[in-house]
Amino acid sequence: MKPSSHSKADLAGAPPHSRRLPATVGVGLKPEHYTVVLATRPKLGFFEIHAENYMGAGGLPHRYLSRIREEYPLSVHGVGLSIGSEAGIDEAHLDRLAVLLQRYQPEAFSEHLAWSSHGGAYFNDLLPLPYTQQTLARVCAHIDRVQERLQRRMLLENPSTYLEFVQSSLSEPEFITEVQKRTGCGLLLDVNNAFVSCTNHHRDPKAYLDALPLSWVEEIHLAGFAEDHDAAGAPLLIDAHGSPIDSAVWNLYRHVLERTGPVATLIEWDNDIPPFGRLIEEAGRADLCLAAAGDLA
Amino acid sequence: MSAQAGSKYREADSKSYEVEFAATLLDAGHPCPEGLIAWNGSDPVKRFAVYRNNVVSSLIDALADTFPVTCALVGEEFFRAMARVFVAAEPPRSPILAEYGNGFPAFIESFAPAQSIPYLVDVARLEILYLTAYHAADATPLDEAAFRGALSHPNALPTVRIRLHPSTGVLRSAYAACSLWVAHQGTLDLATVDPYQAEEALVVRPLWEVLVVPLGPGAGRFIELLADGAPFGESALAASREQPGFDLAATLAILIRAGAAISFDFKEETQP
Repeated sequence: MKPSSHSKADLAGAPPHSRRLPATVGVGLKPEHYTVVLATRPKLGFFEIHAENYMGAGGLPHRYLSRIREEYPLSVHGVGLSIGSEAGIDEAHLDRLAVLLQRYQPEAFSEHLAWSSHGGAYFNDLLPLPYTQQTLARVCAHIDRVQERLQRRMLLENPSTYLEFVQSSLSEPEFITEVQKRTGCGLLLDVNNAFVSCTNHHRDPKAYLDALPLSWVEEIHLAGFAEDHDAAGAPLLIDAHGSPIDSAVWNLYRHVLERTGPVATLIEWDNDIPPFGRLIEEAGRADLCLAAAGDLA
Repeated sequence: MSAQAGSKYREADSKSYEVEFAATLLDAGHPCPEGLIAWNGSDPVKRFAVYRNNVVSSLIDALADTFPVTCALVGEEFFRAMARVFVAAEPPRSPILAEYGNGFPAFIESFAPAQSIPYLVDVARLEILYLTAYHAADATPLDEAAFRGALSHPNALPTVRIRLHPSTGVLRSAYAACSLWVAHQGTLDLATVDPYQAEEALVVRPLWEVLVVPLGPGAGRFIELLADGAPFGESALAASREQPGFDLAATLAILIRAGAAISFDFKEETQP
């Protein structure tokens, strides 16, 4: 995990579609860690930011991000585009994203298979949609629009879900496979989400993962979940991003890497944010998995 | 995710789930949307509650992040209860949560249980000015020599327009909102603050750090007029009329020290 030595000049010369995160481990960039990152220059493969946290005009967030971006590859992860919405993509928000991507030229841009806005209200959560031919056509149209406007491929992330829809006629892997085929987007495979959803819906997570188009995975997310129970006492896992990665998720991560080879991997820890050293510890663990996958390949 | 439903459901239901979700997420009294299932046939209400809790808690947390002093003044329990009412009444209109608090001071003003703490609204306003300055566009402040140089053109001075830093904001309060805020930063003893003393403050971020600077009487009006593009002379006159104790020299010294001016515009023509 050596810091990458790319420069802005390298990026400017690269066609947008050839940009890709290195197959290394990165962590989410948090304001709490700006100064320690710049002071210690940790050996990490990349940093990831939430797009919506960098849509202000100026100030410290951009100042720190600019300096960190000069030294590391960058992933921009959107949480507010609401790709699954009934309504069309919010063009004003898409414009803001375009400005951000233009400014920082990240190696990857990703968003979620979910919706978060309705009727002008923004719910700040990744809400589920039924998987039908109708929603499939809609999601594909929205991703087409996003890729066209941003002039780049996006990565689509599989969601954590707590409920399913009676009306769904496709499984989630079927839906995602079809979206990938029709839009050409890449995948951001959140292994924690896969485990959370499969536990919540009583499915075999390995079968779920194997049914996804794994050759299109360009980034992996690893995170911690919280545990609860449903009304019948069955386990209900919640995608909370506030704890260490569970051993079951590490096992599934290795299962995926055996199939994909080394893939850029993010340690996601957004709540109850630990000291930076703790994130580096988790990153080191993922790095060992990547090294093992590299040896296999 | 199995194919339990026939195609007859699709056209009818695909249009409605989002409306149902949206109505239910912010209203605990609204029944759970129909057409939701769990593998074990358990009551979907408990599972749906995860979404509702994510939405409401994360939005309350966002407000608590924006208004730490407001929260400290009323206590976390009261603050979160008040924020919960706001979230249900006025959910965000944009995915940029840094903007979500803009409507919160006006809500506090109309929130009956908060009326016993009349200074709360202005402390919340100050916290919005702080966050706005934090994210405002960057600009290079005039240094002291350039500022004083510009002031040395007495003939042109009355009509000059002083362009202020884009982060500049002014709070004019009937209460000691500024001192209460400063006390919560740990640099002033809260016990020495009389909350019923009127105060004005300048909020500006000349480079990277947001400054909150107490102002003398009339200075807030003067800076607001400058910010609106009014000429220097007219602004000073209006501030003096409103507050006979207005001290122009002291206010200019504050603007210089704080780095609140970015240029002097000596053009003669009147602006719209």
